[in-house]
Amino acid sequence: MDSDRASAGSRSPETHHSETTLRVNGKPHTLVVDHRRVLLDLLREDLGLTGAKKGCDHGQCGACTVLVDGRRVNSCLLFAVALDGSDVTTVEGLAGDGEELHPVQRAFLERDTFQCGYCTPGQICSAVGALAEAAAGHPSHVTDAAAPSGEPVPLDRDEIRERLSGNLCRCGAYPRIADAVEDVIP
Amino acid sequence: MKPFAYVRAGTVEEATDAFAAHPGARYLGGGTNLVDLMKLGVEAPAALVDVNRLPLGGVEELPDGSLRIGAMVHNSDLAAHPLVRDRYPALSQAVLAGASGQLRNAATTGGNLLQRTRCPYFQDLSKPCNKREPGTGCGALQGVHRDHAVLGYSDQCIATNPSDMAVALAALDASVELYGTEGARSVPAAGFHRLPGDHPERDTEIRPGELITGVVLPAGSAGPASAYRKARDRASYAFALASVAVVLHLADGVVDRVGIAFGALAHRPWRARRAEEALLGAAPTTAAFEHAVDLELAAAEPLQDNAYKVPLARRLALDVLGRLAPPAVT
Repeated sequence: MDSDRASAGSRSPETHHSETTLRVNGKPHTLVVDHRRVLLDLLREDLGLTGAKKGCDHGQCGACTVLVDGRRVNSCLLFAVALDGSDVTTVEGLAGDGEELHPVQRAFLERDTFQCGYCTPGQICSAVGALAEAAAGHPSHVTDAAAPSGEPVPLDRDEIRERLSGNLCRCGAYPRIADAVEDVIP
Repeated sequence: MKPFAYVRAGTVEEATDAFAAHPGARYLGGGTNLVDLMKLGVEAPAALVDVNRLPLGGVEELPDGSLRIGAMVHNSDLAAHPLVRDRYPALSQAVLAGASGQLRNAATTGGNLLQRTRCPYFQDLSKPCNKREPGTGCGALQGVHRDHAVLGYSDQCIATNPSDMAVALAALDASVELYGTEGARSVPAAGFHRLPGDHPERDTEIRPGELITGVVLPAGSAGPASAYRKARDRASYAFALASVAVVLHLADGVVDRVGIAFGALAHRPWRARRAEEALLGAAPTTAAFEHAVDLELAAAEPLQDNAYKVPLARRLALDVLGRLAPPAVT
């Protein structure tokens, strides 16, 4: 094997650490990471960004949801080393320049979508991702099969509930979460 | 989790070479199942060969009208692709019936085919499991097996394959493209996964070190008359209790092409060949559908706690066949 070609990210096959650069909320960070480091732990432990929450740590609850290159993902299931060069947005970085809060954050506040609040950052990141997916024409399980391909999918209540099903709320604040997302539908 | 080496491959050859050079390696795609299994201790690879940057992220139409899906195409992009939605609706519907938006954004086409069973005994190191550790026994056989197989199982393993996508691929007569140190080959999707027999540790026909490079959907299965339906314990974000993918083409008032595959009933997507044989050339009537589906499911041997799966699968299949038939009559 040509190790120079094939082992970018690690100097020798036996190495268990690699230098990794991630752009997090617009700011580049270069770290030497243990290959076992998942993005969630890197954000919380190494960068002090505790917005993304550790719920189940197995990709079942969605509390760790962040955006990687603009797409919502479970940060507990992504090895940081594999994300070298990626753009990560956490709940702390959602608001645009000169904005105090992202419109989805504001809607969550206005609708009082919280009980314990632990799932909230994941719900918000997931909602931001879901809105972008619908705008890009991504169907969901409840989208009418006859809907035209490639066109933005209008979101009704059933669509919102289905698209956010990867985010569990143990307090059961779902009705208000769906209200908040409905408020920001363009 | 045990420490592991990490190799990022840029080409298919680099990936298979790196795999061969690292004993105990695993390929890393979206990682939605592998990383979880590593956290659970079910998988403990010495090295991960990262295939995320291989140039296998495209969907292309081939000259013969078939559609080639690159192995690294994410599940969400596969389900949303206009050619997939328009020509192979069962595939788009199956992918969207599985997992969550977050998981579908990370999971890949190749990785979806290689995901392991969600049998709780397989995922729990404190329990016996012939699939995880051959020779230790099957905890599910006399244990909690409500979600387990009713067809094609063995006394070694009663686990089911959890994929929705693979069920649609089996019904659509797709093929799986593989590349290994011995070169490239292609395997029918319906034969890619195995029955457990005496070797439940082997889920698929893939050879050690082989990499899935893509999936090809044949032109002959293209058309609006295919669909997927899944039954689960909650309305979204749960594995199937039973599911079915159906492709149905009619000509001159009779069935001239049919593919039926059941999910969550067996160790692999269950292609219903007996039902298909019974339907070919028959008029698409309720009686013909019932006769065909019953013929297939007569082979089911439910365990103590999962007999409900047989009538459930029957109703799903009859519903989908019935829905596909009327508009296709020409």
